[in-house]
Amino acid sequence: MRIVQELLFIIAFGMAVYLFSTKVRQIRRNILLGRDKDLNDHPDLRWKNVLLLAFGQKKMFRNPLVAVLHFFVYAGFIIINLEILEIILDGILGTHRLFVPVLGGLYPVLISAFEVLAVLVTLGCAIFLVRRNILKLRRFVSKDLNGWPRSDANYILLTEIVLMLLFLTMNTADQQMQLRGSEHYIATGNFLVSGSLASIFNHTPDGTLIAIERTCWWLHILGILAFLNYLPYSKHLHIILAFPNAYYASLEPAGEMENMPAVQKEVQLMLQPELAASEPAPEGMPKFGAKDVFDLTWKNLLDAYSCTECGRCSAACPANLTGKALSPRKIMMDTRDRAEEIGRNINKNGAFTDDGKTLLRDYISEEELRACTTCNACVQECPVSISPLDIILQLRRHLVMEESSAPAEWTGMFSNIENNMAPWKFSMDDRDKWATEMNQ
Amino acid sequence: MQIKTMATYAANGETPEILFWVGCAGSFDQRAQKITKAFATILDKTGVQFAILGKEESCTGDPARRAGNEFIFQMMAQNNIQLLNMYGVKKIVTACPHCFNILKNEYPALGGNYEVIHHTTFLQSLIDEGKIKMKEGGVFKGKKITYHDSCYLGRGNNIYEAPRKVLETLDAELVEMKRCRSKGLCCGAGGAQMFKEEEKGTTRINFERGHEAVDTGASVIAANCPFCMTMLTDGVKETGKEDEVKVLDIAELIAMNME
Repeated sequence: MRIVQELLFIIAFGMAVYLFSTKVRQIRRNILLGRDKDLNDHPDLRWKNVLLLAFGQKKMFRNPLVAVLHFFVYAGFIIINLEILEIILDGILGTHRLFVPVLGGLYPVLISAFEVLAVLVTLGCAIFLVRRNILKLRRFVSKDLNGWPRSDANYILLTEIVLMLLFLTMNTADQQMQLRGSEHYIATGNFLVSGSLASIFNHTPDGTLIAIERTCWWLHILGILAFLNYLPYSKHLHIILAFPNAYYASLEPAGEMENMPAVQKEVQLMLQPELAASEPAPEGMPKFGAKDVFDLTWKNLLDAYSCTECGRCSAACPANLTGKALSPRKIMMDTRDRAEEIGRNINKNGAFTDDGKTLLRDYISEEELRACTTCNACVQECPVSISPLDIILQLRRHLVMEESSAPAEWTGMFSNIENNMAPWKFSMDDRDKWATEMNQ
Repeated sequence: MQIKTMATYAANGETPEILFWVGCAGSFDQRAQKITKAFATILDKTGVQFAILGKEESCTGDPARRAGNEFIFQMMAQNNIQLLNMYGVKKIVTACPHCFNILKNEYPALGGNYEVIHHTTFLQSLIDEGKIKMKEGGVFKGKKITYHDSCYLGRGNNIYEAPRKVLETLDAELVEMKRCRSKGLCCGAGGAQMFKEEEKGTTRINFERGHEAVDTGASVIAANCPFCMTMLTDGVKETGKEDEVKVLDIAELIAMNME
């Protein structure tokens, strides 16, 4: 019987790891569909961002109450991995509470800490469910989330609650069995939460208790393995990608826009034609701006996969606040959806086969792009260092430079700058009129 | 008062301490010209040796670049850099956060390396050095002032305190809007929105901000950007409070209060 359980566990665990790593490779491939960009400078500053933003959750604390609740769930997740390590080893080796002899008196202290966190995680998730479904905060009822994203969020919270309750029930049954001096259930000492709940099972027969403990054990670990494989299809992927995303976060001032060396060179040759002779002929037609995910950088795509769909960006976006079509969160969700669509296309055809669609227009409309004031509120708010603005600006470049698509007022502004050196149609000679007035 | 150009200085074989980059709004927009004049007056009074480019100045290319037109941006930027380098410019002060941001952060990649200072930071250093002396009491004594963070100075370049420090010298009560500092709300003009109609929505961004500013009960809204100036003035007008609430640039506030 024990060997059957071990075998079943090893098969389940192996399957879960295999499926997860396959999907992870696909996501990595999808992210690398983007343009290359070197983001390996200043490792010291980058590690600092990982510590502050990812481990320290610095930006979450812009909203302290939510940050504390989120911190419970986050700490619970990180720390419970130690407990999961023991469960996995027990599963493979057919042991029970393998770490007890190793950790000795520390063991009940650690498990008690996990239990307290489990209670806090349950509490946090319950409050998050209330915020989403009963209090209906604006950023959670937005139409960006209609359909799968809204259920995704609720599934995650419910699953976490169920997993935590299974863990606590398992320990409670275990504690009761320990009290009864069962040989298999090694004495560990008292666990803080389950120890005080153990009396619930005072009158439960041994057989039932063992069944409860085993069922919870199996459901808990199978639940975790299933959840592991749910991650890559869900906004919950941020629990992994928040870390690399913080590392590769922009170190430039937020106001700075990326230079386009190709255009720089072309204009340089235009202004100084004498340089052209020594210039090698350009290879093929350069592309300006981004129309599809291939034209974005891999960081933009990593951003898209890191997005938690929390909507802090959209809640701070002046365009979104005043009812415009633009929602920075939707920009990120669209980018991820398009990258996933291309990924499925590649899985099916071996290589990308034109599907007649592009990120621009099939996902993100011109109207959305036009509404952006480049104010950086979305970038500022994002807890995981995403820049929706960077994507918006690249798509705008495509519209203007590849398609000459701009509102008539902008076309006028462009020609004013070109001809009068100012965005308005004033005479260049009047530029210092204010000064002559002062000089009189 | 005599405002000299870089060309004049160069003709005399001299280089001024700083270049005052006026910007298109500051040069042509009637309201923004008053900010330009106020700032030039402060520079003159404090004895800062400065020059302007005058007719030689061109748009930095900011609105074109933000709208997506990199070609026009590059043409403007490369011409400006050639000119600035020719005059050997080292230090630039500007009253426009958009010019500030692009000269400071985006010109270096094209070979334009200067020390670029926004006028609010420059005013703070003049105050710190004791060069600006305020009138006793002052025009704004006891009045409420609220400060609007421009996106390109605040979130774009992390400058939040210098403008507030300058305002503190006015002996007025500084009240903050609900959304301020890194949470500040845009005026609606950035990203080349100044040059086109807003997209369809439920309200205008500057109306939203105008209401927020007026709701503080302040009689003065202090701005640091000529575009914010236009947008906020319209926003206040929309609330019907344009007689009670004035939008003024920090340079104007200082100029009005200097001895």
